[in-house]
Amino acid sequence: MIINHPLLGPRDASEFVYLGDASLMNRPNPKSETAAEDFHAYMYLRDNPPGEHRELWFHEQGDRSWLIVTRNTLTHEITKVELARSSKGLIT
Amino acid sequence: MSLINKNIPLSFTFDGKSYFGFEGDTLASALIRNKVRLVGRSFKYHRPRGIMGAGSEEPNALVEIHADGVCEPNRRATTIKLFDGLSAKSQNGSPSLGFDVLAINDWLSPFLSTGFYYKTFMWPKAFWEKVYEPAIRRAAGLGKIIQKPDPDSYDKGFLHCDVLVIGGGPAGLQAALDAGRVGKRVILANDDFVLGGRLLSDPILINDKPSIEWAQNVEAELRSMDNVRILERTTVYGAYDHGIFGALETKTDEIGGSGARMVLWKIYSKASILAAGATERPIAFANNDRPGIMLASAVRTYQKRFEVDPGVNIALFSNNNNALSTLHKVLIDARENEFVIDTQGRKSLKSIRLNDGRNIKADCLAVSGGWNPNVHLTCHQRSRPVWDEKKSCFLPNINSLPKNMHVIGAANGNFTMSEVFESVRLTGKALGHKPADSPPTDSETYEVTAFWHVKGKKRAWVDYQNDVTAKDITLAHQEGFSSVEHVKRYTTLGMATDQGRTSNVIGLAILADATGQTIPETGTTIFRPPFTPVPIGAFAGPHKEQHFKPTRLTPSHKYAEESGATFVETGYWKRSQWFAKEGEQGWRDSVDREVITTRGSVGICDVSTLGKIDIQGKDAGAFLNKVYVNSFKLLKPSKCRYGLMLREDGIAMDDGTSARFSDTHYVMTTTTANAGTVFRHLEFARQCLFPEMDVHLISTTEQWAQYSVAGPNARKLLQKIVDPEHDISNEAFPYMACGQVTVCGGTRARIFRLSFSGELAYEIAVPTRYGDALIRKLMNAGEEFGVCMYGTEALGVMRIEKGHAAGNELNGQTTAGHLGLGGFVSKKKDCIGKVLSQREGLIADDALRLVGFVAVDPSDQITNGAHFINIGDDRIATNDQGYMSSVAYSPELGHYVGLGFLKSGANRKGDELWAVDFVRNHHIKVRVVSPHFVDPDGERLRG
Amino acid sequence: MRYNALQILRQGLTGHKGWKPAWRKADPKPEYDIIIVGGGGHGLATAHYLAKTFKHHKVAVLEKGWIGGGNVGRNTTIIRSNYMLHENEGFYEFSLKLWENQERELNYNSMVSQRGIINLYHSDPQRDAYVRRGNAMALNGADPVLLDQAALRKMCPFLNFDNARFPIKGGLMQPRGGTVRHDAVAWGYARSADQQGVDIIENCEVTGFIINDGICSGVETSRGQIKASKIGVAVAGSSSRVMSMAGMRLPMESHVLQAFVSEGLKPLIPGVITYGAGHFYVSQSDKGGLVFGGDIDGYNSYAQRGNLPVVEDVCEGGVSLMPMIGKARLLRMWGGIMDMSMDGSPIIDKTHIDGLYFNGGWCYGGFKATPASGYCFAQLIATDMPHETAKHYRMDRFSRGLMIDEKGQGAQPNLH
Repeated sequence: MIINHPLLGPRDASEFVYLGDASLMNRPNPKSETAAEDFHAYMYLRDNPPGEHRELWFHEQGDRSWLIVTRNTLTHEITKVELARSSKGLIT
Repeated sequence: MSLINKNIPLSFTFDGKSYFGFEGDTLASALIRNKVRLVGRSFKYHRPRGIMGAGSEEPNALVEIHADGVCEPNRRATTIKLFDGLSAKSQNGSPSLGFDVLAINDWLSPFLSTGFYYKTFMWPKAFWEKVYEPAIRRAAGLGKIIQKPDPDSYDKGFLHCDVLVIGGGPAGLQAALDAGRVGKRVILANDDFVLGGRLLSDPILINDKPSIEWAQNVEAELRSMDNVRILERTTVYGAYDHGIFGALETKTDEIGGSGARMVLWKIYSKASILAAGATERPIAFANNDRPGIMLASAVRTYQKRFEVDPGVNIALFSNNNNALSTLHKVLIDARENEFVIDTQGRKSLKSIRLNDGRNIKADCLAVSGGWNPNVHLTCHQRSRPVWDEKKSCFLPNINSLPKNMHVIGAANGNFTMSEVFESVRLTGKALGHKPADSPPTDSETYEVTAFWHVKGKKRAWVDYQNDVTAKDITLAHQEGFSSVEHVKRYTTLGMATDQGRTSNVIGLAILADATGQTIPETGTTIFRPPFTPVPIGAFAGPHKEQHFKPTRLTPSHKYAEESGATFVETGYWKRSQWFAKEGEQGWRDSVDREVITTRGSVGICDVSTLGKIDIQGKDAGAFLNKVYVNSFKLLKPSKCRYGLMLREDGIAMDDGTSARFSDTHYVMTTTTANAGTVFRHLEFARQCLFPEMDVHLISTTEQWAQYSVAGPNARKLLQKIVDPEHDISNEAFPYMACGQVTVCGGTRARIFRLSFSGELAYEIAVPTRYGDALIRKLMNAGEEFGVCMYGTEALGVMRIEKGHAAGNELNGQTTAGHLGLGGFVSKKKDCIGKVLSQREGLIADDALRLVGFVAVDPSDQITNGAHFINIGDDRIATNDQGYMSSVAYSPELGHYVGLGFLKSGANRKGDELWAVDFVRNHHIKVRVVSPHFVDPDGERLRG
Repeated sequence: MRYNALQILRQGLTGHKGWKPAWRKADPKPEYDIIIVGGGGHGLATAHYLAKTFKHHKVAVLEKGWIGGGNVGRNTTIIRSNYMLHENEGFYEFSLKLWENQERELNYNSMVSQRGIINLYHSDPQRDAYVRRGNAMALNGADPVLLDQAALRKMCPFLNFDNARFPIKGGLMQPRGGTVRHDAVAWGYARSADQQGVDIIENCEVTGFIINDGICSGVETSRGQIKASKIGVAVAGSSSRVMSMAGMRLPMESHVLQAFVSEGLKPLIPGVITYGAGHFYVSQSDKGGLVFGGDIDGYNSYAQRGNLPVVEDVCEGGVSLMPMIGKARLLRMWGGIMDMSMDGSPIIDKTHIDGLYFNGGWCYGGFKATPASGYCFAQLIATDMPHETAKHYRMDRFSRGLMIDEKGQGAQPNLH
């Protein structure tokens, strides 16, 4: 696969390390009364969709950026790549 | 214009017998030239087999190439370019190809019907592994591998292009030309060693001249273009995501030569044009597998390209008009209801019997059942081809092709030259090329009548290599295996080394007939990579033996080598494990000496492999508070602190120390094993969780050479190295101090007063380029104290004696509480992992706890990995109390000590338990003690 | 019809006219006692044990395509019970014991071949971890054997002992480990279940659950509504997809695992060998192909196909471990969808919806679990009590902090 890095252009996916669903950016509030349940859902439950998936990749063999890649899990087609740092708060 | 150079004879052997061929021959054409008919034995029935095809579709003529005491099995004779000295052998015939005892299977075939093995060999139970299976295994398989390392080398490379053209026949040549002429970067991959495809075999005129001239002109023009690269003998074996293709280039078939035998290319293309041609299919009829029965197109190829006749009396059995150009004496035209109903001649075809009762003498039968487009690469991303009734074949599914792939020529079902050039022109236009008008060619037509199988009582082969007959397919259907995937798996149809190139469609047609459905209703199986088999060695390339993974050397590596070090793999690092001195009998002697010297005077260990992360920014302290369980925000500059880091799931991730050099500057160390993981985790926290923080991270693991100097004389030694203006006395530079100093007259260095060994100890770091010099200086300066280098073993002994957790304990399954580090977790602040570390299962009363162990009988050896069972309890899983995680012999104490995780361990000091070690058959009684075996109050490290 | 040598002889002499379909092509009835969603190995095994052991015969297995087409039809065929954690080891040892009786249980030869499995170690810490594991196996009645380098060299002289980047020091062997002819497992269970009255319904895709007031009473399918008081779901890589129809989010991701087979070769390697310093494990099938695999590709995928980096990684491991196989040719590669769970261990549990039961999260180790998974799932559905060896495979173990994490990788499915 090829990931079109927003700063560096097209890069082979083997330069990256995969983490998972971009919802992992939404760390729950540890002070909330429901923190235990919130963290359980955050850490362990996944939509795991067949189709469009926003997911985190780390450019380990490159500029060390965390990217949010929008990729179709049925076709592997990538439609969007963003810097995670600039997308904070925009992920649902 | 000849493609065979009769002026250059090449000698070769087949099954030990010497023959000659010519330059331009394949092994197959050379064997035919020498009238060798019998070339192999089939997989199941050990039927005599001859050459059937002329390309990579060949199912029968699989041979071994021998050289240098090794052999390469399962090579198709049709794709081996003949070379002088080639030594080839037949396969699967024992004791010899001519006399094969397992040919008895052919006589037993009524009882060896499809799937018979699922129904028997069940009694008695023990016989499967002992009797039946070994016999089956010996009989199965095809070629052999010699149990010696592969002597060949393989290279890998990357290529980028605008257009990848796959196939060098008329379609591929014209498409490459069109793309090349408009300046696109073109790669043309051709699996043959001559360009031209069917033009080499068929009597076709282009521009009223033999088409081979046209091909050679196109080739010449392509070669003149800088933007075009032709890859010869290169098979594009797979189509992967985002326009990436895998291709295998064969440089030579010779074994053991210098240079790479093959090159595995990864081709990154913006667009691809599949022009892989088509494969002729046979017809199933009784005894259609005898040597001498060939595909009609193969007969033509041998006749025209290789200038050798595969037979004297050639009969042609065809269901289409395309095959008529094959030179033949007798035509059996299926379209006119003429069929072959049986053949004779065991090791070579002698005659054929027709449905009209005629018996015809023939030593070669050319068969054509029509053509299958080579759609394989279109399927690699799971596109399913679609059936074309008129052409009786599967065509690429244009609605689900791999992205930016175009299919032209015969691969697209364009079986006549005018259709071929028209498909090239249309694709060229779509890609923005400026295709020239198609060159004038013969007015060809392709008329085929679907005809698959001459029904009869005798066996008619469908899959030659796996010995699947028409009857096997109908029997599978009778037994309920009617889904095409079930038929494939039950009969093994299409699962041989040719992936059913010549058999799948016929099998499907026979199944459709049995089920009463049409072929499209019956379905199709899709093709998977690779298009043709690829050596595992080519996929591995140069990444084998010592080059399997990169090697990282520590700054003291050279010095350690000179000092007799034994090295140990720690991830990619090679670390010194111990340093053997003359007279030492084994590793224990060396390790004991290193520990005693260090604890008694001073020792030095290279700790450069620890991960080092430079953390800077206004919020650096706040950031560390988020990633460590304990507080770092209030750590004073010039001080270090031990830190424990959790994963978000509450499990301990790593530990280490962080030093604060200024308000905005920290330096973190991680364990060697987790250096990469921790850095990635910190960047995740920084970029994804806390982007509002002003903090930046740089990994500096490889920028600093770092040595631990430990032992009562450590300070005295360092004072000889550190420049005198820096005071490192106990008062000025106490335990857990850190600072930037200069050493050896002005070289900048960092110094940390940290101890892993429990002794008075420092870690001193200099820029890596001074690492070798520094270790030599240190060792020189330490001579008066009897300094020694110590390795990872002594390091391990000393940390176990001190009860420090390391990799064995930080195993991804343990919490701060399990490690006895619960007290470190700050109650005042949040950190990653804190919430989930409080789940009931992780804080249960009887949770595991790291404790120390000694043997009740001090002379007993404690073993690592033993499990604990209460005395008197049965040794079963439900009574398991925990396990031993680290063990060392303590030279200071004179007995073994162990660390381990024990249920409710915190409250069990003094208890005696069994440490059971079944795999070493070594069960001993141990006593639970504090994990701090040596200097429990830590007086030494503060001294 | 019983299968045996005599029957083959009889049929061979009479033109094989007497063989009957291995299972009926059943059409769906309006109602069953129990529906199993998923006609893979685990679903079919569940149906077999429901009928044979728990005497439920009004059972249907619903399969959206052809039975045995999922991971039971595409795997590397290994069976073993060499786990480190008791929560797993007890279960897999139960499974291995069931494998050992498979032929008699089913009257179908699925070629359970106990030629042994060896996990190699390359360092002292790795050896010690294997000792810990071996001792856990022994405490569960399994058969660990620790091999030193000399013993290993005798068994497998073709391994790279002399010029390896990561020296081979020895191995942990389980002599009872081995391989099974994978497709035959599905067919054997299907045939047996069918003979006991179970309806195996192919080409029947579940499109929804009928759930009212927290009770599940049936499924909607591409072939109409089917009622049942108990519904068990065993759909592996499709778990999230199917359970989302019941409104559930699972602790699971779907990932692609590639597997590979070489061309047929004469016997070359004895049993199963697993590399300890690279992603590579291999066995040789009775047909002669080297069957091998490595790590998952590592990204979420439902595409049933992978990419080249993993192919290269696996082959690099293979050639580094056994340099002779450089000359063997890779014949086919394929990808399956793995239901990768958050701790690398499976779930066999009731859901919060009455009547709806779930079996999944097998990661890439589901094949060897097939008999025990079927048995335990059948028991849970039939009796509402978990089987002793599967009682830890609960859905709520993540919220309670009772993860079963063999590799210690935490909540990241692609690392398990």
